[in-house]
Amino acid sequence: MNKILRKVTLAPEIKLFEVETPPIAEKVQPGQFVVIRTHEKGERFPLTVANVNPKNHSITLIFQEVGKSSAHLGTFKEGDEILDVVGPLGKQSEIELFGTVVCVGGGIGVAPIYPILKALKSKGNKVISIIGAKSKNLLILEEEIKVASDKLYITTDDGSYGKKGFVSNELTRLIEERIEINRVVAIGPPIMMKVVADVTRPYKIKTIVSLNSIMVDGTGMCGACRVEIGGETKFACVDGPEFDGHLVNFDLLMNRLSIYLKEEKESLDKFRSDLNKCCRSTTDNQQS
Amino acid sequence: MPKSSPQKTPMREQSPKERIHNFNEVPFGYSPEEAILEAKRCLQCKKPKCMEGCPVEIDIPKFIEQIADGNFREAVRTMKDKNSLPAICGRVCPQEEQCEKYCLLGKMGEPVAIGRLERFIADWEAEQDEIEIPEIAPPTGKKVAVVGSGPAGLTVAGDLTKLGHKVVIFEALHKPGGVLIYGIPEFRLPKAIVEREVEYIKKLSAELVLSYVVGKLKTVDELLEEFDAIFVGTGAGLPWFMFLPGENYNGIYSANEYLTRSNLMKAYLFPEYDTPIVKGKRVAVIGGGNVAMDSARTALRLGAKHSMIIYRRSKVEMPARNEEIEHAEAEGVEFHFLTNPVAYHADKNGWVREMECIRMELGEPDKSGRRRPIPIEGSNFKSPVDVVVVAIGNSPNPLIYSTTPGLEQGKHGNIVTDEATGKTSKDRVWAGGDIATGAATVILAMGAGRIAARSIHEYLQIT
Repeated sequence: MNKILRKVTLAPEIKLFEVETPPIAEKVQPGQFVVIRTHEKGERFPLTVANVNPKNHSITLIFQEVGKSSAHLGTFKEGDEILDVVGPLGKQSEIELFGTVVCVGGGIGVAPIYPILKALKSKGNKVISIIGAKSKNLLILEEEIKVASDKLYITTDDGSYGKKGFVSNELTRLIEERIEINRVVAIGPPIMMKVVADVTRPYKIKTIVSLNSIMVDGTGMCGACRVEIGGETKFACVDGPEFDGHLVNFDLLMNRLSIYLKEEKESLDKFRSDLNKCCRSTTDNQQS
Repeated sequence: MPKSSPQKTPMREQSPKERIHNFNEVPFGYSPEEAILEAKRCLQCKKPKCMEGCPVEIDIPKFIEQIADGNFREAVRTMKDKNSLPAICGRVCPQEEQCEKYCLLGKMGEPVAIGRLERFIADWEAEQDEIEIPEIAPPTGKKVAVVGSGPAGLTVAGDLTKLGHKVVIFEALHKPGGVLIYGIPEFRLPKAIVEREVEYIKKLSAELVLSYVVGKLKTVDELLEEFDAIFVGTGAGLPWFMFLPGENYNGIYSANEYLTRSNLMKAYLFPEYDTPIVKGKRVAVIGGGNVAMDSARTALRLGAKHSMIIYRRSKVEMPARNEEIEHAEAEGVEFHFLTNPVAYHADKNGWVREMECIRMELGEPDKSGRRRPIPIEGSNFKSPVDVVVVAIGNSPNPLIYSTTPGLEQGKHGNIVTDEATGKTSKDRVWAGGDIATGAATVILAMGAGRIAARSIHEYLQIT
């Protein structure tokens, strides 16, 4: 179960896994996520599904190594099995014929945007994509997005590739050029989604964002993932993860994402020092 | 024969001073000598009242007599004939409201400690080399899916496998047991015991599928294509909040999250375990039920200097069991009655730092029969806190209802069932436990499982 069929390093610390999970691969829809646990003492954490591969009954997961759990997952090799992959969780994206949709992906957020834009495209929408990263070497899925979109714009924070600046700058430019936009879907770091929502708000362009809250069970049982939407408390795991970006309290989201920063650092430091001390520790930890 | 004591044989336990620094179980349980002594207090009534108070119909006088005779093996058989999870029930059942409430001895002194004896006999069996597997009926060829591996689901699985039906249990989490594993803390119900009881159900040849979210993977309708009947026991897994200003600040948890992090994910062992938990110095737990007691006692063990229960009514209205309240008091949990939070205030980084409360007074009795708490205007005050746990209750988990057409839903989000059979409005689907009743007790869920299993068995025999 949950065997890694293919592993690709897309960028430093960004990995792609194709994971064999026939039941999930059969059911998962764009916008949904899975909850992962990598070893018996591991935590549960959500990852959005980046693609489905019907041929080998697998789903594609793309993740950045930011904490201990994702770093540990990054040490897994082809043929290894992931202890728990639970899903598909959350609601699926709303895929309708909207007209022209701009899909904005920032950093690792480019991965979950990919299945959504493919679905939007096959529904007949004109899809304009804007993807960005800090730097050229961190930009992922450029080819895939290019093929699936009618138009693609690229930005990097440092100008090493595409246009220098942020994805939101490109979106502003498109709006100012009076290109008709019926909907925006934006996924990336909270600050990016917040800025995108601010850009589209005056023009009343419906803007959908996907919230990467901290989760435990992922089925609505614990409320760790609570977010504020239009002043109301919602659970990202069952009411989302996608919400109307104009209604999201992003400051609260960013606060809540910082709850365990200290513990996350402690855990990651311990993991790295254990890894250095004994190269076998990671394989010992992997129980399948 | 010496006259037996009017009091229960005391059960030894960890001292409060010691136990607030560990998560080990508080009471130690009876020794065989203590169990026999206690069992001999039983009057062996001709018409035993105690059995009327048992939702799973255990032959109580019989197993007690067998203990009194030192015949522990026979006592296990008597027990397991009706109850597949005695080690759990002996620990978490509210016996004072069930079997022990009806015990004749209770009229003059203390009733027979039926719960402690139940626990003794289950623990005694676990210490023996071999767990006895009861006779299992020949395979019937019928298949039953059980959704959720909490007390209701495990009971249904145990009963139906014994009758020869093939049972597959689907559990959404990575460990079986439901609330027994994620909700009730280690110090009240050691997880090794839950694992032992689940192993027993598996030995009866029930199949267990973990990390499987019914409704998201296969729906109930899809399962009905493969199974002859389905039992839904998905529990009360949707935590309530009060929707107060500031309730989403960092450091404010639902009891479900707080306890799940600590119990299921073992956050108290961080960083050995990866899941963290905020360890507050001043922890306020909102609510007066068993879950609130569990949360307040967990906070102490996580190092809180002050662990406070904030309850809007007075002590007598508290829904928690007396035993739980007494344990919490002994451990130094502070009780603030007739107090209700109205808002939370945070520092500039969004961490809760103050709880604003209002004083309450009691008015006329409400629908629950308890006197209704009324806020005293202008009595607001603030108290410093760094962790808040909201333990005011849970709703039934909506996942199955929302993905299953044809299921009738009750007023409180519960699945409507026929009380006598556990049948839902949907053909071949039964439900029981908190999903049908709203948050209640482990034993009531087991009782509902017993009723549903009987009805499912009747149905399977005629198809």
